Amino acid sequence: MTILIGIFEQGLIYAVMALGLYITYVILDLPDLTVDGSFPLGSAVCVALIIAGANPVLSLIISFFAGVIAGIITGIIHVKLRIRDLISGIIVMTGLYTINLIIAGKSNVPIFEATTIFNNDLLKQLPESFKPYRVLLVLIPIVILCKIALNRYLHTKSGLLLRSVGDNQNLITTMAKDPGNMKILGLALANGLVALSGAILAQQQRFFEASQGTGTMVMGLASVIIGIRLFARIKLMSFPLKVILGSIVYKAIVAVAIALGLSANSLKLITAILLLIILLIGEHGKREKAKQYD
Amino acid sequence: MLELQNIMKCYNPGTVNENLIFQDFNLSIPSGQFMTIIGSNGSGKTSMLNLICGNIKPDQGKIIMDEENLTIMPEHARYKRMGRVFQDPAAGTCPSMTLLENLSLADNKNKAWNLTKAVNNQRIEFYQEKLKRVGLGLENKLDEIVGSFSGGERQAVALLMATITPIEYLILDEHTAALDPKAAETIMQLTAEIIQEQNLTTLMVTHNLKYALGYGDRLIMLHQGEILLDACGPDKSELKLNDLLNRFFEISIEVGNAI
Repeated sequence: MTILIGIFEQGLIYAVMALGLYITYVILDLPDLTVDGSFPLGSAVCVALIIAGANPVLSLIISFFAGVIAGIITGIIHVKLRIRDLISGIIVMTGLYTINLIIAGKSNVPIFEATTIFNNDLLKQLPESFKPYRVLLVLIPIVILCKIALNRYLHTKSGLLLRSVGDNQNLITTMAKDPGNMKILGLALANGLVALSGAILAQQQRFFEASQGTGTMVMGLASVIIGIRLFARIKLMSFPLKVILGSIVYKAIVAVAIALGLSANSLKLITAILLLIILLIGEHGKREKAKQYD
Repeated sequence: MLELQNIMKCYNPGTVNENLIFQDFNLSIPSGQFMTIIGSNGSGKTSMLNLICGNIKPDQGKIIMDEENLTIMPEHARYKRMGRVFQDPAAGTCPSMTLLENLSLADNKNKAWNLTKAVNNQRIEFYQEKLKRVGLGLENKLDEIVGSFSGGERQAVALLMATITPIEYLILDEHTAALDPKAAETIMQLTAEIIQEQNLTTLMVTHNLKYALGYGDRLIMLHQGEILLDACGPDKSELKLNDLLNRFFEISIEVGNAI
């Protein structure tokens, strides 16, 4: 049971990050490596704010905007300075490592005693039998909120324009809009979600660690593709929901791998091989279909 | 009035691949004129459209649209008053979105891209009316993904999307070339109707000499960056297919393609 709860907790926390990757990888068709830096950025900002005594919910919101800024910087480097997308992401990711250390103060910052969204007076009043589900009780509304917000956004005029950028960039130019600015907007939104996810993780694990973001992109990508491929036939399910479920399935696969005796140290290797397998099985030439959004 | 003044454009200057497209090119298109443009490959037809639309920048010279200098204007800003349909039917639509979403996108051109709902249900009837005119049954496919449409259907959608908002200039870049003869005919007739209704100043590049003669009120023939033939109004009406073929033939011999 504890394992199952753990899978759902981890799956939902990283689902927020996967929603961000869905924006860049699927909607914008733009591989963004900034996420490996913006994920711990969210964590660092959140931990620093909580230590300073800020409200945990407010800290999440500010962390989101820290990610937005990181995304904007990547976007400006890519769009305005015309650096290739992958390189732009790597530049910002690398720079963020130092920024994160400056924000957090050192490479490992615990907040064990602090009040967080998972550890506060309100949750302490829960009946004893609910205690194991305390994290899920907080997480589920947050993830649902993110899902609904993203879904709604993608059906607004601005969202429609964002979706068309990855679909047919030329067309956006003929619509008298600069596709570059839309890319910056997409990157900002995506990295905001990634940083939010990092901030939630920091509050749940109660520490910031400089290497928290390593492999975020690969992990998120695996979740996005698992979700979209696995639920490809379910037409009524929206893509953000598929991505969220994909994140949970991904965490379950990793948990099974560890239960089968693979050491936790081999986690990144498992992720890498898993992603390769998924790409080989499902992805080949089906990218276009995955982009169809309903 | 659209004017190209003293345009000079050279690709890869100073290399073995140096390609001088235009040396001192001048052309002016009065408002409301429907001009067809013909010419062999490499004559500068598409380069001319790209210069006007801003995909490429001239090395020298100016492009003026109603006293507004386009030369320094970014590409996307030029499309505020301009629509364009490309040769590739896939270029004018978003394949992963539904027909309704595509039309809604186009319908919102020059308006605010804010956080209100993308699809306005009150406009559906208006879209259906436009689609009905095409005669391909598209009015019943509003919820289908445009990527699944045929080339002719997609080009019809692209044409509607380019002209659904009030524009003044329409750029047609061999927009019937990738279609089968029947679809090409449908699209060409629809194009002519729209141009006349909205009184659009139009530049149509085509390889179909029949269309070049049958449509529009001015025809120019380009060759190596120069205007070889410029027929307006009655002069154009008198032009015959054979006259054009003969001119092509002459050029062909000039450049050494003896038969």
